[in-house]
Order: sequence, then structure tokens, then C-alpha cells
Amino acid sequence: MSGDGRLLTGSQALIESFLQEGVDTIFGYPGGAIIPVYDALYDYRDRLRHILVRHEQGAVHAAQGYARVSGRVGVCLVTSGPGATNTVTGLADALMDSTPLVLVTGQVGSALLGTDAFQETDFVGITQAVTKWNCQVKSAADIPAAIAKAFYVARSGRPGPVVVDITKDAQCAVAPFHYERITSIRSYVPSCAPDPQQIADAAALIDAAQRPMALVGQGVMLGNAEQELVAFLEKSGMPAASTLLGLSVLPSDWPHYVGMLGMHGNYAPNIKNQECDLLVAIGMRFDDRVTGDPAAFGCNAKIIHLEIDPAEVDKIVHADVAVMGDVKRTLPLLAERIRQRDHKAWIDELLACNRIEFDAVIRKSLHPVGGRIRMGEAVDTVARAYDRDAVLVTDVGQQQMFAARYFGFRRTRSIVTSGGLGTMGFGLPASIGAKLGAPDRDVCLFVGDGGLQMTIQELATISQSDVDVKIILLNNSYLGMVRQWQELFYDRRYSFTEMANPDFGLIARGNGIAYGCVERREELAGAVAEMKAHRGAYLLEVRVEREENVFPMVPAGAPVSAIRFE
Amino acid sequence: MEAMEKEQEYIITVFSENKVGLLNQITTVFTCRNVNIESLTTSESAVLGIHKFTIVVRTTASKVERLARQIEKKIDVLKAFVFRPEEVVQQEIALYKVTRSHNVELLVRRYNVRVLEIDDDYIVLEKTGDKSETGELFDLLRPYGVQQFVRSGTVAIIKSRRELLNEYLRERERLEELEKREQTI
Repeated sequence: MSGDGRLLTGSQALIESFLQEGVDTIFGYPGGAIIPVYDALYDYRDRLRHILVRHEQGAVHAAQGYARVSGRVGVCLVTSGPGATNTVTGLADALMDSTPLVLVTGQVGSALLGTDAFQETDFVGITQAVTKWNCQVKSAADIPAAIAKAFYVARSGRPGPVVVDITKDAQCAVAPFHYERITSIRSYVPSCAPDPQQIADAAALIDAAQRPMALVGQGVMLGNAEQELVAFLEKSGMPAASTLLGLSVLPSDWPHYVGMLGMHGNYAPNIKNQECDLLVAIGMRFDDRVTGDPAAFGCNAKIIHLEIDPAEVDKIVHADVAVMGDVKRTLPLLAERIRQRDHKAWIDELLACNRIEFDAVIRKSLHPVGGRIRMGEAVDTVARAYDRDAVLVTDVGQQQMFAARYFGFRRTRSIVTSGGLGTMGFGLPASIGAKLGAPDRDVCLFVGDGGLQMTIQELATISQSDVDVKIILLNNSYLGMVRQWQELFYDRRYSFTEMANPDFGLIARGNGIAYGCVERREELAGAVAEMKAHRGAYLLEVRVEREENVFPMVPAGAPVSAIRFE
Repeated sequence: MEAMEKEQEYIITVFSENKVGLLNQITTVFTCRNVNIESLTTSESAVLGIHKFTIVVRTTASKVERLARQIEKKIDVLKAFVFRPEEVVQQEIALYKVTRSHNVELLVRRYNVRVLEIDDDYIVLEKTGDKSETGELFDLLRPYGVQQFVRSGTVAIIKSRRELLNEYLRERERLEELEKREQTI
């Protein structure tokens, strides 16, 4: 227990509670029902950095970016009513992608609750479906305990977003301040202790397998278990593929890494899916973009599922053995039990598939002959300029898939992308948080012309807070991914996917952000070098081929082995 | 595999902290998976401060297990258990407001129905039993004019000799002790 029982207002208690949890950055936006907290925050400017966003959705995405690169809990502060409802998309995104967040919302005074007061919404009711936990606080004395529980719930077990809704009178009232960090809740088991029987059963399957494959998800990153993973993979000798959110857990050039899973993933892990006799899913949840037709996914394989969340086991794909618990603890136990193996012939077979993919798709994508600049080559040019060691932030759509495929990674926590919810507009605000959460690293955002315009006001946040992010706008004047589907599956009926865009140069410069634009292939590398050399934020518009498609592609609902090159 | 599974009745008992809004959190687990709740009752449990929900659903064996895991995922839920009807003792209470007549009074005697109120025009009856029993009486009374009918949700007691909630609570206490000891070391 800390805090000396001195009398504080609820607002001061809230901020002192943040400090107790080690918070150094808050993303927020003031408003009527949160003014008392902002007033208190004024006295903490030396200890707490507040980033004033331009829309509350941006606050949540920025906090997500911060949390994803740093492994810490992202914190947001907004007002009641519209301020609160504007955060809902971000909360849903964070819940899907297991991102630890604490969002504090102001609420009307407790006497006005339920009266349709000005800027009142039932925010606890609204956010039930998009939070890991939420609560309303109506008394100053209850604020520290609510915040302690919020941080504990947000970061423990499978992380997620938490909302604490504080009435205005609770922000203003005075109460003695005590703070006690929470380490357990009776009704909540964040992760169970490893079960020796499950470990033994899994080890037996691994030792018997001839064509095993590990499927690496974000759970490894969330559990800080990258070294444990590598030790396990090296001993088992098995190849590993990654989910979108699991990218960067393994370096892209790791010898037994065989590529990304999923609809636009690599050829080897998809085409060979049904040839595997064992899939070891590690901290991943069999999203339908990964499995395609779940009945066909790994249909000739035994499946081991290492998972922290009991609700994920057998949800989509039946696990022959579920190894419950934190992978940080289960992976070493498993590694201890298995035989040292070498699956060289099998891995060579997989790597050969990726050479087929290179010839069919990648070469054309990275080294096109003629035509306008392609998205893949833009990604590759930027990635090479940063020696494949920058943090990649993406928006959602074609640029996301090209970036995920071609950026490349050297160290963990190097990708920030909206996977589960697929939120357009995520990228720009998330890049702000990513840079603040990893200030020593270069942050490159890839965004399309559609997604950029969904949260484009955050350029002003970047400018005001002087955030050094490099924004690479891949502009094809289309909502490219939808256009691709319309081309392939809807008889080229481009229904409302063409965009007449504003002058992005004027918008960037209007926000005080340096701007460059490139259209010709021979000028691309120079433009990227100029962006890299610039100190501070930079928007590089790359005008790309208008009707380019992302390949390979697994048609929706088809088995992943139906992956096609065109 | 799942397509072959048969839908049947399950009783899910949920034990939770007594928190505002938890009922809504639990029912949304069903609505977002398009599972209809046949009946739902809530009350205090035998353990002080712990609330009990008894939920009856018709679904398949694998779906009901997934529902229970999703319910348990709610932070304030302690545990959710799934039972088949034969594993529990269950009862419902039904009330009937019926127009008075000689035939109704005969039925009252024959079916051992409790009379709660008698007026010049109507009679209020109570029948406790399972759904088929209370439903059967409703069908018999219907020809004589049932003006109001209401049936409570199912309440259920688990037959097992093991007290699963108490086991869970003891296990939690043990683990918390272990954790505290680890921290002090």
C-alpha cells in the first residue's frame, strides 16, 4: 500500500494512480465532463506527457501503437458522451488484437445519471461488448481501487482494453489517497499453471511428427517469450510460420522461418498446410483470415494449441492437445521434454515453395518492368533504406498486405497493424503512439489514400507534438482492396471505390509537415532517401499503379491450399 | 462433425460477483451467437456475496461448452458449469388466473394444485413442477378460460456429491497463497 492517506480530489487521485502504475504518456482530448481531471493534469505536466489528439478515435489508436511497441499499458483520457462514443472503434480494435489499454472517460454528475443529461451516454453499457472489463466510479474514494483493477485486468492474462467511467462529482470530491496494486481477483484467472500432462501429451505428438509446423502468433510477443520460442524451435527443428500480428517475433531471415500465414500470406505455409502432420499453434487464435475453410485447415495434422485464453481452445479448430497457460512458461517445459530433431528435408521442401512464389509473384512485385510504381517495390525500397530495422505501422487494405509481406523485420515488436478488426484510419494515429512508445526507433507508416483520409486530422497532432514519423502514402486513388475484390469477384463493377482526392501536399504543408511526392520509378529511391534524411515528420506520397492486386491470395472461405498466384 | 450434433437442453449455472450490469454481459454472450435463452433466473447462492444464474438453453454439446468458456471470460464471473437435465433437480413455478367453474375446481383437486386466491369470478392457482407438468395443466385449464398465465424460469440444484463452486474457491485461495509466498521470497 502506498499513498499516505493525504486528502486529494478524485482527479488528483486518478493522476496519482496513473503515476503509481508507471504511466508516462496519456493520449486524450478534454471536454466538459472531464475538465476537473484536465485541471489537475495541469500541475503534473512535468511528470506526465499528454498528447492532444484531434479526435478521440485517434487517442485510442495512438495508445494502441504505444502499447504494441512498448509492451506497456496504453492510457487514454476523454470526456463523456460524444468523446466517449468516438473511442468505440479503437476499443473494439484493441479487444480483437489483445492490446492492453486503460481508457478513462468523464461522465455526468451522479445525480444526473439516467436523465439524458447533456453529453450523457450509458458508456458502460455501450462498451460491454468491446472491453475486457469496464466499470463506473461514482465516488472519489473508489478511484484508486478502480484504476488498480483496470491496469491489472488490462495487462494480465490475455491483454485487452478496459474502461473506467468516472462521474464528474467523483472527480471533484475529496478523499484520502491510498494506492494498492492488485495482483489477483477472485473471479479472474489470467493464466493457469502449466499442466504436466498437457506438456507430456504435446511432447509425444511433437516427437512423433514427420512434417510439423509451428504457427507463431502475437501471444509470443505479449508473453515476452521470443527467446523461449527460438529455443523450442531450435530443439524441435521444426519450421515456423507467422500470423500477421506475430510478424517480427522471429527475424524475417531466421533460417527455419517459412513465411506469413493467411489470405495474402506466403505460398509455403498455405500450400503445404494439408501436408503437415502436426501444427503447433503458439499464441494464435485461428482467425478466419488465417484458416480459410476451417474444416480443411490442417485436416491431415494433429493440432497442439498453446493458449492463454480458454475460450479460444476448440473455438474454430479442434485442438488434439491444448497446452493452457502463458507461453513464457509452457514453451520451456515443452522444449525440455522433446527430442532434438532435424527436419531439414521438410524445411527444404517448404523453402522451395517460397522460391516458386518468388518467381510467380515476388519478383514482379519488387522488380517490375515498366508501368507505374508498384506498392511492393515502394515498401521494399523504404525497408531497405532503413536496413529492415524500422517499426512498421500500417493502415488496412492493400498497402497493409504489401507492407506485411515485403517490409522485413530484425527484432520483435516491430509491427503495429489492425489485424482482427481491420480498422481503416488506424495507421496514422497508431504511428504517433508507436514513435512515442519506441522513441529510439524509426517508425514508418504505410497508408492508403482512403485510410489516410479517415483520420487525417491527426497530422495536426503530429505537428503540435513534434512526432517524428515517416508517412508513406501509397496513393492509387482507389479503395484498393475493395476494388481488387470487385475486379476478381464482382465482374469489375467498381462500385464507389474510386476516389477523387485532395492535394495531399497542401494538407501536409498546411499542417506544417514536410512533403515529397514521387511518380517515377527512377526517382523512388532518391525520394525515400530524402524522407529518411529529413529530421521530423514527413509525408511521402507515392503515386502507384492504379489497379494492382495483392497476390498470392486464398479466396475467401476456400481451403488455404487453394492459394493462387493470379 | 458439428453438423451431426443434436441440439438438446442444457442447464448452465453461472456463479459471479454481484455486480451491476453483469446480467447484460452474460446474456450478450448468447445473443451475439444467436442462441435463444429458454429461461433465466438469478438469485443469491449459498455462498455469501456470490450470485447464481441458472440459464436453460437448447444447443449442441460443443456449442454449450464454448458458451460457458465465453461466459467465464467475463472478469466478474467466477465459474460457469454445464449440466444435462438428468444431472440436476429442477423446478419451475407457474401461476394461472382462471375463470371459476365446476370443472376447474375438479382439476384443482385432481392435480394437487395450490389455490392462492379465490374471487367471485376467478381463481388464482399455483403449480410447481417441471416445464411439461406446468404446461400440461395449462392445456387442461385452457378450455375454461385462462385469463393470465406466468411461469418462472428454471431453478436447479446440482445432484453431484462434489460442490464445484466450493472446490473452485478453495483452489483460488490456495493459488493466491502460493503467489503471495512466491512474492515474499
